[in-house]
Amino acid sequence: MEEKELYKGYRGKALELLKSFNALVWSDVEVKTATSNFIGIILPRSEQADPNHIVLKMRTGYNIGIRADKIKEITIFGHKEAHYKIPEKEFPYTSGMPRVMLFGTGGTIASRLDYRTGAVIPAFSPGELYGSVPELADICNLETEKLYGVFSENMGPEQWIGTAKAIAREIEKGVDGIVIGHGTDTMHHTAAILSFMIQNSPVPIVMVGSQRSSDRPSSDAALNLIHSVKTAAESDIAEVMVCMFGPTSDVYGLLHRGTRVRKMHSSYRSTFRTIGDIPIAMVNKNMIKPLRNDYKKRRNDRTFKLLPYFDDRVSIVYYYPNMKADIIDTLVDSGYKGIIIAGTGLGHVNKPLYPALKRAKELDVAVYMTVQTLWGYAQMYVYDTGRDLMELGVIPLANMLPEVAYVKLGWALGQTQDLNEVKNIMLTTYAGEMTLREPSNGYLIFQGGIPEVEEFISTIKK
Amino acid sequence: MEINYFDFDFKPFEEMTREDYEKIGFKSGLEVHQQLLTERKLFCRCPAGHYSDEYNAEILRHMRPTLSELGEYDGTALMEFKTKKEIIYRINYDTVCTYEMDDTPPFMMNEQALDIAIEISMLYGANIVDEVHIARKQYLDGSIPTGFQRTAIVSVGGSLPYKNNRRINLIQMSIEEDSCREVSDIGHKRVYITDRLGMPLIETVTEPEMKTPQEVADVNRIISKTVKSTGKVRTGIGAAREDVNVSVTGGTRIEIKGVPRIELIPKLTYNEAMRQWNLLRLREELKNRGITENTFSAKYDDVTKLMKKSRFQPISDAVANGWKVKCVLLRGFKDLLRWKTQTDTFFSREISDRVRVIACLNVLPNIVHSDSMSESMPSSEWSILRKFMGASENDTMVLVWGDDQDSETGAKEIIIRAKEATIGVPSETRQALDDGTNGFERILPGPERMYPDTDLPPIVITEERFNKIKNNISKPFWDKLTYYNSLNLNEKISEELALSKYTNTFEILVNKVKITPNFAAFILIEFPKRLKKEGLDFSLLSEQEIIAICTLYKSGKLIREGVLEIIRASISNGKYTEDLIPVSCSEDELTNRLKEAKEQLKSTKIINLTAKEKIFMGLIMKNLRGRISGKELHGIVKEIKL
Ligand SMILES: [Zn+2]
Repeated sequence: MEEKELYKGYRGKALELLKSFNALVWSDVEVKTATSNFIGIILPRSEQADPNHIVLKMRTGYNIGIRADKIKEITIFGHKEAHYKIPEKEFPYTSGMPRVMLFGTGGTIASRLDYRTGAVIPAFSPGELYGSVPELADICNLETEKLYGVFSENMGPEQWIGTAKAIAREIEKGVDGIVIGHGTDTMHHTAAILSFMIQNSPVPIVMVGSQRSSDRPSSDAALNLIHSVKTAAESDIAEVMVCMFGPTSDVYGLLHRGTRVRKMHSSYRSTFRTIGDIPIAMVNKNMIKPLRNDYKKRRNDRTFKLLPYFDDRVSIVYYYPNMKADIIDTLVDSGYKGIIIAGTGLGHVNKPLYPALKRAKELDVAVYMTVQTLWGYAQMYVYDTGRDLMELGVIPLANMLPEVAYVKLGWALGQTQDLNEVKNIMLTTYAGEMTLREPSNGYLIFQGGIPEVEEFISTIKK
Repeated sequence: MEINYFDFDFKPFEEMTREDYEKIGFKSGLEVHQQLLTERKLFCRCPAGHYSDEYNAEILRHMRPTLSELGEYDGTALMEFKTKKEIIYRINYDTVCTYEMDDTPPFMMNEQALDIAIEISMLYGANIVDEVHIARKQYLDGSIPTGFQRTAIVSVGGSLPYKNNRRINLIQMSIEEDSCREVSDIGHKRVYITDRLGMPLIETVTEPEMKTPQEVADVNRIISKTVKSTGKVRTGIGAAREDVNVSVTGGTRIEIKGVPRIELIPKLTYNEAMRQWNLLRLREELKNRGITENTFSAKYDDVTKLMKKSRFQPISDAVANGWKVKCVLLRGFKDLLRWKTQTDTFFSREISDRVRVIACLNVLPNIVHSDSMSESMPSSEWSILRKFMGASENDTMVLVWGDDQDSETGAKEIIIRAKEATIGVPSETRQALDDGTNGFERILPGPERMYPDTDLPPIVITEERFNKIKNNISKPFWDKLTYYNSLNLNEKISEELALSKYTNTFEILVNKVKITPNFAAFILIEFPKRLKKEGLDFSLLSEQEIIAICTLYKSGKLIREGVLEIIRASISNGKYTEDLIPVSCSEDELTNRLKEAKEQLKSTKIINLTAKEKIFMGLIMKNLRGRISGKELHGIVKEIKL
């Protein structure tokens, strides 16, 4: 084994000390300092931690750090390395139950923990999942396939295209529903692009993740997984959806349309929200309750469209007061083909940007306008500014969310470089990314402190 | 070594001697939890120490067991999973934020709290760790919404002095966040209030070196006084709580949780030792009957139909409710459910407790058994059951009732607990009860419940930080006592002083201002009590003000009585100023006052003539308080013919 592995994570003084006593990680040792003795197992050290301390797991289960230059002696009793594996129990096959395919992209919906290092080991094979969430066997015959093993922030065009193709393959094979495990940070980007790449799917395509990792007893992972698998297996909603907690309580999940959903809190369980509309349905362990009836229905045929295209020369510019023209110029000069602006209010930017926008148009760069308020429409004919911008070739995208507009523009440019055709694609609604109207309950952000709101949240089930 | 558990019979509590405890191999250790006095909580910035039963919102969660290293659910996990509780948290916006509710990752550990923990560790001469690693300790009962408690070792080792030059050794001290307070736990619903959640506390763990129940209480008192003497811990209800672990020879280390008062410890540990001893005897009895882990035999069946017309009210009610009745047959267990375990407590309680906690059947009675002497169930009904179950004379039957699932869980649990009797004392945590006995709380969690917290980096205790705390630390409680003793202060006042926040002030008054230790202790400890009765708060005076007043006294500008008078005046005034200094009484004034008082005395009816002098003194002092020494005045008064 390489030295790096033998003394995993140790550097500098600490590494020298361990080497001088031949004390490898996982050694069961007694460490002596001038004042005391410690008995325990030498643990690997985090690479980011300083080079001065040795980490010991004591018999009580606690870890402590001892400064290397205080250590006088290390006596080694043995070596206790453990290889952690998730127990596999064969996922039972029940004839007559729907067949669901779970694709993994890297998020850990189910996992367990290496108790000594705290590292999370993903549970993924049907057997592993059955070992940790046995309820799944009451819902479907589950199959799994690991597509990628990347963090949410590292998902990109390559993975989007690969995932879309994998989904297409499964639909053709006759699957009853698809679940995609995904990190939550960029789940809404992936949900949006899959909504464009797979059109007219005959079966539910459900994205799911967890906000609290599944090694915690309080995790939302198992419940999210149960909800999403139930949706894929049983629901009649044949759309790309995100299935995550409705409230922070363990009560129900929500099914959000893939092009209208957004992660709205950095850590809350109920972080996903449908913006400018209401979710498609509620789901709990026992039932799926539609909240609307205009969704695409499940079908038995296998006719659908796969459009796995993406041009990544696209960017989002989040406008701020006093933005300078060079921001736009730099993008244009770097060869970007499309720019989505997240403008203020109804879709505005300041005058100093005008020449740069004009230049972008002349150089065949597609520029589209969305709103950074997230809720509401880009309505550029209301004020002079908006009208000026449209004159400069900036095209408003109604109530399309900025991130959705970004992936859609990449997808459009992946299909054609003809800006008129691109415009055609951008202004056509394929998967609910723009809506004709915003219902008044599409914008509900409760304001805490107001008596009637307080009354509402004073008891659970919210 | 073979032990004959029938060789020793437990005596009543009062009659047990040190030798008796030695005979059974009594061993006990403590885990003392003490909240720290900080402004904010340990891992978030919520204010600390604001308690209220009022709440603004409720959140519902479930705890899902995570798998252990071996791929099995561990004991506690399995138990909590069986109980399938809905857990409801009551939240007050002012005291709880999204961190406590597990919707936001932790913030860095409260530095103030860590400093206090290090300081207290130093009092015990413990080894402070160089790097504090935060761990997660799993709790599946819902008492912490994350499902684990964040906890970290601050020091290992250390000791405290106990009688006759003995020292009790400490295993470790950890710093951790406090849990929720339980409001109710009925059926499948447990409610918690979250105000205490996340409060910083330290847990001091001793070696199991206490040899009698009384020693456990003594040591607990020493620990409690040691931390209080720093003035940096919280006091009052719930601020200090202790877990006690007990074992006897051949028994199991059992933790009794949530001991409410130190006074209860001797009875609790006595009863636990007795329980273990009697369970070990029970095992021997079973062995004598030929029942071992391998030969143990039991079964259960649904007897709802047979019990439709039961004359035992709880069962007839249950059947009317559509519930199920299950009969458990324990082969060869005749009379053993009446086997004594603790004071006035029998083996049937061990079984009933398990059914209550695991099957959530918490309306008592939740079982009835054929060993019962009471006439609760007519013998005719038992006969029918005996026939149906195929029970012999030597067997015992236990009935349990509940809905489909709970009655099933209950029946299975009865068999599990009965079988454990063949092994001895099962690993459990137990709950302290007010009568000094204890009840089942939960199965003891496995060692896998501890794992590193990946949300927070380790904290290096720099030498600079270490030295800064070390240099400002006051003496440990017991050293203070020795010191006060050497100054001839009495025991009571020494202890009060050592626990007060005036130990520094005391040393300044004695060593720098050079007033007598007795007077300094009187000013700092006794006088404040007198003032409290008058509605005055001594703690409003600053250390500087106390020193200034005592310096005046030392320089002769104030008489002894004047010191007390000016303290009184300064508190009423809001602060000490020089113009509050009483003018000492002149010869002329004294003569006038004496004359006045004599006149007044004449017009006063005095029944008890021996009190005459005292009344006279009182009349003069009314106007001269703090301006003339009582002793001096007494000398003058004695010379006057009244
Ligand atoms: Zn908080």
